[in-house]
Amino acid sequence: MSDTLGRPPARLLIPAALGTLLLVLPLVALVLTAPWSLLGEQLASEALREAMWLSVLTATVATAICLALGLPLAWLLARVDFPGRRILRTLVIVPLVLPPVVAGVALVSAFGRTGVIGEPLREATGWSLPYTTAGVIAAHVFVSLPFVVISIEGALRSAHKEYDAAAATLGATRWHAFRTVTVPLALPGIMAGGVLAWARSLGEFGATITFAGNYPGTTQTMPTLIYLSINSDPEAAKTLSLVLLALSLAVLVVLRDRWLVTP
Amino acid sequence: MSRSLVTRVVPLALVLLLPLSGCSDDETELHVQAAASLTGTFQALEKEFEADHEGVDVKLSFGSSTTLAEQANDGAPGDILATADQQSMDLAVDGGSVAGEPAEFATNALVLVVPADNPGRITGFDDFADTDWVRCDDDVPCGRLAVSLLDANGVTANPVSRELDVKAVLAKVTSGEADAGFVYATDAVAAGDEVKVFDVPGAQDQLNPYFIAALKQAGDDDLAQDWLDLVNSDKGRTILTDAGFGQP
Amino acid sequence: MSALSISVEVPDRVSAAFTAERGDVIAVIGPNGAGKSSLVKAIAGLVACSGSVRLDDRDLLRLPVRDRSIGMVFQDQLLFPHLDARHNVAYGPRARGVRRAEALRSADHWLQRLRVGDLAARRPGELSGGQAQRVAIARALATDPDLLLLDEPMTGLDVGVATSLRIELARHLAEFGGISLLVTHDALDALTVATRVLVLDEGRVAQYGTPDDVTQRPVTDHVARLVGLNVLRDGDELRAFDPSAVTVDLVAPSGSARNRWPGTVAVVTPHGAALRLVVHVHDGPDLLADVTPAAATELGLSVGRDVWVSVKQTSVRSYTAPAN
Repeated sequence: MSDTLGRPPARLLIPAALGTLLLVLPLVALVLTAPWSLLGEQLASEALREAMWLSVLTATVATAICLALGLPLAWLLARVDFPGRRILRTLVIVPLVLPPVVAGVALVSAFGRTGVIGEPLREATGWSLPYTTAGVIAAHVFVSLPFVVISIEGALRSAHKEYDAAAATLGATRWHAFRTVTVPLALPGIMAGGVLAWARSLGEFGATITFAGNYPGTTQTMPTLIYLSINSDPEAAKTLSLVLLALSLAVLVVLRDRWLVTP
Repeated sequence: MSRSLVTRVVPLALVLLLPLSGCSDDETELHVQAAASLTGTFQALEKEFEADHEGVDVKLSFGSSTTLAEQANDGAPGDILATADQQSMDLAVDGGSVAGEPAEFATNALVLVVPADNPGRITGFDDFADTDWVRCDDDVPCGRLAVSLLDANGVTANPVSRELDVKAVLAKVTSGEADAGFVYATDAVAAGDEVKVFDVPGAQDQLNPYFIAALKQAGDDDLAQDWLDLVNSDKGRTILTDAGFGQP
Repeated sequence: MSALSISVEVPDRVSAAFTAERGDVIAVIGPNGAGKSSLVKAIAGLVACSGSVRLDDRDLLRLPVRDRSIGMVFQDQLLFPHLDARHNVAYGPRARGVRRAEALRSADHWLQRLRVGDLAARRPGELSGGQAQRVAIARALATDPDLLLLDEPMTGLDVGVATSLRIELARHLAEFGGISLLVTHDALDALTVATRVLVLDEGRVAQYGTPDDVTQRPVTDHVARLVGLNVLRDGDELRAFDPSAVTVDLVAPSGSARNRWPGTVAVVTPHGAALRLVVHVHDGPDLLADVTPAAATELGLSVGRDVWVSVKQTSVRSYTAPAN
């Protein structure tokens, strides 16, 4: 606990310990009080398997989309000087502070059946996002994208710009430099952004239910299933939460070893 | 996980804070805990009651019936409990919180609502099934009632979404995101011109009963009884009926 | 018309114009903040500037960085940390569309020429400073540039490493055939590697000439100090003389008052077989004087001693500062 710089001061250790306690205690309590005997029965339920599969599917697809859109956006914010860059950065971050339900309402306003874009889209194609799995993914992308952009932009800023300059003097186009230098150097940040997006999507609830609705197999994800169980069967809700918790932990541990280790 | 934390901790915190408010003056207080769907009507009743009882301050708090019943069992301060179903009231009775017999004072019927412009061109219960319609989830009371009624009518069609509560169903309809939805008659009345209402066959046979009772921890039994009397008075019944409630 | 004709202005940093011929190795020297790095970065297109960089019939400033046909060697190398030495050197050819196998062959060739062929599989983090700089030079040369820009490539290297690299660099630059700009703060680089020396002072070209010219007739105090000359300035008239030509006495020597100065010994350091004194002249710039240890003992020359320093008129080179 001590090194040559001296003992870590109590005024730092105590808040750190409190913080740890605050984060860990509720989860430990959840594990301790969960009715483990129900676990087998829960795992066998169709509803759980459907919701679990849908959660993993939508979170994964949403993460892929977030990376595909967020990486270029983060690059733009980090590497290109253009008027309105600060405003764009602020706009990109705004969804972070929105209550998820408001995010859902905003999505409805844009892409709902009567939305600004949703209505013409539906008139033209007969198709609309709400009540579809694509709608769930859209909600996940909306709430997760800011995490990806912030995370990757930070990585791009700390990965030195001079390497881009070096690549340019060697004859690389910006696209070539992006692929061969920028992305590899920012990879840890990109992966961290992906993990954040995946975790955020997996736990997303408010925007999803508001925008995409809730129907087993199509739009019902784990958090919605858990929320419904809280009203009807709180014990079942706990075991469902455990399953989600275990899945998240497994993924985070696997990724942590590879990508989230900071030197 | 965080949801359960929020639903548990936040109401608890609010309840803990309640005794701190309004203690400074000499006014007598009457604490009424009521199901959220009673919000409008009980606020109207509060005005009536305070006009008749000088020096009495009615404190209303609204929430889910189950939560209110559990809070009453936990000893949260309250004089009156009004629930939107029988199970919750039974919960309070079993928990020993209720003084005397709970009385059914109102009913709520399920109705079919469509947006004012009726994009699904629905003419009634017979032709909603192939549109994009919504109802409450099977796990919440309004959903159980809807499923039961749909079964009774032999409807096998699936909704596009099973919403978490009846307000969400109404919101989907009023915003035009759904062609139709099943809500309580009181919700339909509250939505006014925003929706068109159709009756559901057999709805009168499967009514959602509202129960009211004085609680044991009531500070002033007479005052609590006065509130019960007001709810059952002509004036009270009128207010309830205007809001869309039925009489038991 | 010269092969290279440069006239660039980086606001608040550099305003410089000069020309060069194919095969020239131009050492860019000057004190810190003189704008040496800004100049080469402006030519490379890494800092914004106005003006023109005319190479044959093209104006490089009108071209994107990648089309300027320049090779840049950075002070901190900027080798791509995720690629090994081989792929770092192959990067340029690959970026210009050379097929993979050919690019790697070319990389091996250049690594061999820079004598780091055995380090091809190492990543930059596993290379010493000198090795990394050799890889960086190989990387710049592998693109076959018309113009090679080296921004203080020796800075930060151990003295021994820098010396051997300097000798090789001189050879490579001589073989290179294009035009090289070598930013340095070391007089040795200017003397051993360069065919021309560009002296920058406060962003302007103070002197541009052959290494002999610049070291024999420096016009800035910075270069005078770099090459260890005493330089006296009187308007545009400059007079330079070597410290070894300076005589130190305890009393005022006979001779022209223009060539003798009273002062105080400020520093005494060994300089080869002699002792080098820095004499703080009472009404002028500090002067350097080399004396034999015997003379120093005899005269009791230690710090704080009041002395007269003088120089024979025949040892003084007089010249005029070039107008810029």
